[in-house]
Amino acid sequence: MTRGRRWRVVVLALAALYFLIPLIASAEFSLRAPGGGYGVANYTRIAEDPVLLSALFTSLRIAVLTAVVVLLLVVPTAVWVRLRFPSLAAVLESATILPIVIPPVVMAAGIAFVQANLGGPVFRALFDSSTSALTPFYVILALPFAYRAVDNGLAAIPLRTLVEAARNLGAGMTTALVRVVLPAVRSAVLGAAFLTLALVLGEIVIARILLYTDTFPIAVVEVGRSAAGVSVALSLASLLLTWVLLLAVSFVGSRRRRSSRSRPSAPRRNP
Amino acid sequence: MTAVQKSPAETATDAAVEFRGVSRVFGETRALDGLDLALRRGELLALLGPSGCGKTTALRLLAGFDRPTSGEIRIDGTDVTGVPASKRDTGMVFQAYSLFPTMTAAENVAFGLRMRKVGGAERSRRAAELLELVGLGDRGGSYPHELSGGQQQRVALARALAVRPSVLLLDEPLSALDARVRVQLRDEIRRLQLAEGITTLFVTHDQSEALAVADRVAVLNAGRMEQVDVPQEVYARPATPFVAEFVGVMNTVPVSGNRITPGAAETAQVRPEALLVGAPDGLAGTVLTSTFLGPVTRLVIRTEVGELTADAVTRPGLPGIGDATTVQISG
Repeated sequence: MTRGRRWRVVVLALAALYFLIPLIASAEFSLRAPGGGYGVANYTRIAEDPVLLSALFTSLRIAVLTAVVVLLLVVPTAVWVRLRFPSLAAVLESATILPIVIPPVVMAAGIAFVQANLGGPVFRALFDSSTSALTPFYVILALPFAYRAVDNGLAAIPLRTLVEAARNLGAGMTTALVRVVLPAVRSAVLGAAFLTLALVLGEIVIARILLYTDTFPIAVVEVGRSAAGVSVALSLASLLLTWVLLLAVSFVGSRRRRSSRSRPSAPRRNP
Repeated sequence: MTAVQKSPAETATDAAVEFRGVSRVFGETRALDGLDLALRRGELLALLGPSGCGKTTALRLLAGFDRPTSGEIRIDGTDVTGVPASKRDTGMVFQAYSLFPTMTAAENVAFGLRMRKVGGAERSRRAAELLELVGLGDRGGSYPHELSGGQQQRVALARALAVRPSVLLLDEPLSALDARVRVQLRDEIRRLQLAEGITTLFVTHDQSEALAVADRVAVLNAGRMEQVDVPQEVYARPATPFVAEFVGVMNTVPVSGNRITPGAAETAQVRPEALLVGAPDGLAGTVLTSTFLGPVTRLVIRTEVGELTADAVTRPGLPGIGDATTVQISG
């Protein structure tokens, strides 16, 4: 074993410990039974708690809605910019960083001001439920991540040629987008959707400031106050869910990549 | 070529494709500057020129991917200048990477038919027929990444032909292939084009490709047409100095009668194969470079009228680099 390799093993082991110890500790803690010994009581309570379950469904509903709106906004925009306004790409790229560098709390404060000071039936209806109130703001939060994911996917395919080929064969712009471009960037689109889901399932600042208490992340914090074991069990469970989703996306993505490598640098075989 | 004056109405009926005074301006550059060009029905016209000469712009305007700044484009006598690309009835083969990566070869070929609402059974029948035609009858189920570059271009050709377009557009379809495959596919494109009798515009920067397959060659330079004629004429009688330089190699020499004569007022343009190396009454010179090309050897000879390029039939006893020799117009 060379010196370099030995160092790599040491660094890997340290990193693994850094990540694994809290996880193992959490798992141990969440498995403690109230009367001493170990059991899965904390986990079964998640399924039995109606507040938690309804919070989970509320958050999933917001997450799915957000993901759909984000993709409907991002995919056509990213394609349009790449095809028609390549010179705008740099401007848009820095614009998409703004929501990342501006802390959510700033946005939340602004929204709270709007919520408190603007009347009228439209605004009242908008802020009536957590789903209608939070979805638009989560869309804004998720836009930069989703845009980057989709744009990277588009950069990896010969977009202009594919769209022109489709149009040449009689497809309109929408058909070209749905039939040709979307399947070719499927893994990037899935990645964007997944990022959006993860973001919504973990967002707490805006929901808190706007006083919506029925979302999943808020419920997890609330439960933690009365039952720490359940809260930790929940955190672990949602982490696991995240991993499963990630694995699923990367699995689909790698299958796509293998079957979409249609741009050989040189002809590989004789015709 | 003798120019026959025709009224516009007459030209419209016998030309399959027509550019009339087409200009395309990008900012400060005039990519196309008043292009007039007519393709006859069923002919293969090669649009030849260096990169940036406007040939790809012309093709994209014809396909409908771009709009001319001024002028008019007609297909089968109908003005299509404002018609979107999806309604133009042209079949295009791109340089490379144009196959839809998530569809099989057969699905790619059938795509245009699907857009035209052709039924499923008829679609697969026609796709299979076209793949057979380009020699890939057994590869219908393959994805583009499973095919070689040459095979991908064959599929792209089949896909363009499947919808029976009125014009076939070829945008340097061979430039991404290696030399042997390029020649093979080039000849096959010509064979198919003749068999289908389809009007074809073949854009290329490779003069040997253009001369080899085209019925007529149109040489474009800086957005302007330099010459349109059959390959033999373009080669033998280039209309402008640019054509002479761009198509093949041309020596410009002072002549008196049919002999190279230093100081003569008259000049002539002579192809390398029309120069005789070692001619008894030749002009003295020194061989600068010697390039073995197989059947011929290309010599660059420094003489008092400048450097001359001459092709000599490869044989023992040819002068080598640094040797003194003579050169004269043969015959």
